[in-house]
Amino acid sequence: MRKVGVFICHCGINIAGTVDVDKVAEDIQSYPGVAFATTYKYTCSDPGQQIIKDAIQQHGLDGVIVAACSPAMHETTFRRTAAAAGMNPYLLECANIREQCSWVHQNDKGRATEKALLTIQSMVEKVKRNEALDPLSLPLTKKALVIGGGIAGITAALDIADAGYPVILVEKGEHLGGKMADLSGTYLNFAAALDLLTRRIDRVLQHPNIQVITGAEVVQVDGYVGNFRATVVQGTRDPGLGNTYDVGAVIAATGYGRYPQSKLPEYGGGTIPDVIDGLTFEAMLAPGAKIQRPSDGKTPKEVVFVQCAGSRDPEHGVPYCSKVCCMYTAKQAVLFKERVPHGQAYVFYIDIRSAGKGYDEYVQRAMTDYRALYLRGKVSKIFQDGNKVIVWGSDTLSNRQVEIAADLVVLATPMAAPEGAKELAQRLHISTNADGFYNEAHPKLRPVESLTAGIFLAGTGQGPKDIPETVAQASAAAAKVMQLFSRDEMKAEPTIAQVIPELCAACGLCVKACPYGARQVDEILQVATVNPALCQACGACAAACPNKASVVRNWTPTQILFMADVLV
Amino acid sequence: MLDVTLQGRVNELAHETIQLCYHCHKCTAGCPVENEMTFGPDIILRMVQLGQKQETLSSPDIWLCAGCETCGTRCPNDIDIAHVMDALRQIAVAEGVKPAVPNVKRFHDIFLYVVGLTGEMHEAGLMGAYELLSGDLFKDPSIMALAANLFIKGKVPVLPQLSKNRSRVQRVIEQSRQVK
Repeated sequence: MRKVGVFICHCGINIAGTVDVDKVAEDIQSYPGVAFATTYKYTCSDPGQQIIKDAIQQHGLDGVIVAACSPAMHETTFRRTAAAAGMNPYLLECANIREQCSWVHQNDKGRATEKALLTIQSMVEKVKRNEALDPLSLPLTKKALVIGGGIAGITAALDIADAGYPVILVEKGEHLGGKMADLSGTYLNFAAALDLLTRRIDRVLQHPNIQVITGAEVVQVDGYVGNFRATVVQGTRDPGLGNTYDVGAVIAATGYGRYPQSKLPEYGGGTIPDVIDGLTFEAMLAPGAKIQRPSDGKTPKEVVFVQCAGSRDPEHGVPYCSKVCCMYTAKQAVLFKERVPHGQAYVFYIDIRSAGKGYDEYVQRAMTDYRALYLRGKVSKIFQDGNKVIVWGSDTLSNRQVEIAADLVVLATPMAAPEGAKELAQRLHISTNADGFYNEAHPKLRPVESLTAGIFLAGTGQGPKDIPETVAQASAAAAKVMQLFSRDEMKAEPTIAQVIPELCAACGLCVKACPYGARQVDEILQVATVNPALCQACGACAAACPNKASVVRNWTPTQILFMADVLV
Repeated sequence: MLDVTLQGRVNELAHETIQLCYHCHKCTAGCPVENEMTFGPDIILRMVQLGQKQETLSSPDIWLCAGCETCGTRCPNDIDIAHVMDALRQIAVAEGVKPAVPNVKRFHDIFLYVVGLTGEMHEAGLMGAYELLSGDLFKDPSIMALAANLFIKGKVPVLPQLSKNRSRVQRVIEQSRQVK
């Protein structure tokens, strides 16, 4: 027979103001199995926890109920307390008499007290039947897969490799460098960044811990955190011809996609030769290249830059801000003026979004030192007239219509989701948002993790961002991988689904019920199995199982029936 | 249609960098004569940025500016808009644009004439000449009452004092007229 101790918390007046805690303690004392019961003002405080520890040792308790707040609040705290006193932590349960009792029944103290007593009694029935469990230990492959060889993938791969762990870096294209290699230079420090990229690529190629696979795609990812198996195919799309790699963590760093100009017919996108996008202009600004009109090769004098050419435009399917265009347009206007001193740059914008260290000052310099004329308003139409490109727009600052006869128009087209992102997301069991970018686990507090354990995100595949932000996110994702690899094994909660083989008919209903892909049927043994790394203990399989062969440990049907028996 | 040369000329004359204006409207919000203006200070800056010369130079705004410098004091980008208005008046005069508020131009001319003549300020002469030439004579009885009071208290001497430096003052005025 278990000796259960019950610790009833006042939580100041949160509980004691409504529930008669002394009466509950007195009544529970005589309940079968209860060896000890007491109350305390704040059980989660140090002296409160000490009372639990002392009672476990003095009374030889092998079951504890803390009747206090929700287990979401302090279950971990109290289980640690029990373990410190030498009791198996899985023999401790929290009975919620605050959120689901005192807080919601403040007007009926008598019945709140009755409910608190019943709640504790049902928990006593559960704890009496709890197993003493040990945390699960899962194996861990200390090798990372980085998908994408742009600045994000390069940075993450180098960070992980420098920490001593092997990295497989898979790049779809033939060369490393990604979209950053297509830039003429970067804003703020024009030349230095590209030089740094080249040096980083060299380091990746020479790094003993990094295996680079170019012209290749990850076509399949199986397994779970610490134990993924990735199939990488080079050149062909037949998964049968791929190589498999066992890795413990994956970083998706696939970068962004180019928005097709043909989606902007009102701006002459794809039809007027002298209307180009930002990346095309980057190629003209590259060292050794020349700024010239695609139509006749002449040097343009009047150049119109159109920001938000697609971005922040739900009608064009891009409701979001692409974040980098304000800055790179300023950079391009500066570079144009440097290369064509008699030229004039015009920039149409809706807002200037230059948040960042030194960013707004940079845009201001484009206006003051390089005389770019900024016009606040959206361009309505762009059309060819002779050898000029006519831009119709509006200056909302002066409420005037504006017409410019331009020699060249540069559209700041959106950063789109990378091509094939949806398919890769499916292979990685991660999700994408409505715009096709990978979803992070939490937009504020977990920005580099996906919702699938062991899959991390870096760079513009997760959402538009510039190079410094990309590098920061890549290093953060690498740090998360290193954090995972720094363990010798992976600990997991043991309170997960379990199969009682004698009862299992291998019907497979649990496999269908499981939302996490944790259940499978072993065809040879004819029994359902549980993948302990994937199971989230939701209980869907236990509910679905007709034979009650699938059970969640410490939440067995027997326990639940005994609890229900107290309550109804 | 868009002409960035006007902006350059104004910057040069006023010693300002008006591209810095990001049109926060703070100048206009505090301008004491804004309600008399057609556009207001920040739109005038915008018109200069866009090179809308004729409209700017023929606007009453550039003449109505009282030069109180509230705008420039408050400007987050440290643009002294009163200087810009001065520059615009200079350009308007140099290019023979008919002032939209002729009396302001008249007042400036009379002021310079009086100072040039006597070498220093002579309020009675200035006011008298202005009242006669502006066509506003006796239009506002309260001003006449104020003038009478000032005379009685001896604050406004009837006869001018001639400065011994008046030839030098005259020279300064002459030289400034040569500057384009």
